[in-house]
Amino acid sequence: MRITRSKVATSAEMDMTPMIDVTFQLIAFFLFVLNFSEVDVDQRINLPASELARPPDAPYAQPLTVQMTADDTILFAGDELDEIGLQSALMREAQIIRAYPNKKLSDTTVVVRADRGAKTGKVQEIIQMCQQAGFDMFALRGKQSDASTLIEP
Amino acid sequence: MKIRHRERDDKIELAMTPMIDIVFLLNVFFLFTFKIVLPEGDFNVQMPSAAAARAAEPSEILPLRLVLKAAPTGELADLHLAGRSFGNGRDAFAQLQAYIRTQVVAEGGAAADEQEVEIDADYNLNYDYVVRAITAVTGYIEDGRPHKLIERIKFTPPKSSEPGAMSRE
Repeated sequence: MRITRSKVATSAEMDMTPMIDVTFQLIAFFLFVLNFSEVDVDQRINLPASELARPPDAPYAQPLTVQMTADDTILFAGDELDEIGLQSALMREAQIIRAYPNKKLSDTTVVVRADRGAKTGKVQEIIQMCQQAGFDMFALRGKQSDASTLIEP
Repeated sequence: MKIRHRERDDKIELAMTPMIDIVFLLNVFFLFTFKIVLPEGDFNVQMPSAAAARAAEPSEILPLRLVLKAAPTGELADLHLAGRSFGNGRDAFAQLQAYIRTQVVAEGGAAADEQEVEIDADYNLNYDYVVRAITAVTGYIEDGRPHKLIERIKFTPPKSSEPGAMSRE
């Protein structure tokens, strides 16, 4: 039996290059997929699905997002509001837009993100409040679906 | 002048440890903040307030009235369009779409631009059904391409929240 004795290096040098390559790639990936617009996307809301819901061709000139959860809480501009609170907030928003010479109320799109379990009447009340404040363009938001949503599973 | 000759090291040693520390920290931060956001899409509805709509030129074609009746639980109880009932079965919306497709084809597709659908939903109906009704009315996807049906949609004013005071036609 022969025993081979491996030569022991006094300083163990690791090759770091591949590891650093991969880590930088990971960082670059996360940087690209990072979403900064999460203020307008509340995770409590489970949107109704529709195969026809397609993202708009061009981003809205002036979007204004109103959200409603399944238990009929209204979320607007980061606050949880009731109907009266929303009404005054919308009036204020409309006044601000009117005050700017280069902004128009008719260019504003109200994006309605309502939960699939929200009451239709409540959603309609939100739309009606927006109309009273002077907004008339609405976008009802749904989540995209690959399959047809017309037949219940 | 004295020129000092320094003995040159042919191997440059980089201090990698702090860089790797920070890179790993960044990585961990991104991993924890990473959230998959599902793609979302919109249905565009133009609805001026009732007073402004009345002032506008009235359309010659009467709007089709799509009525969605709700059960007390918020489920769909009945769906009918212009007096024609589609029930509340699993394929009620598919039936509605098939009916609208035959109507649009019968009219040659030209009148569909002028035609308007008025959605009259009960107060406590789940919002999901409204979006499905809008999907059924506005179009369909065939062979991967979207086709349009009736795109003009409006809502009747919201009904009272009290079940006893529900308006009836």
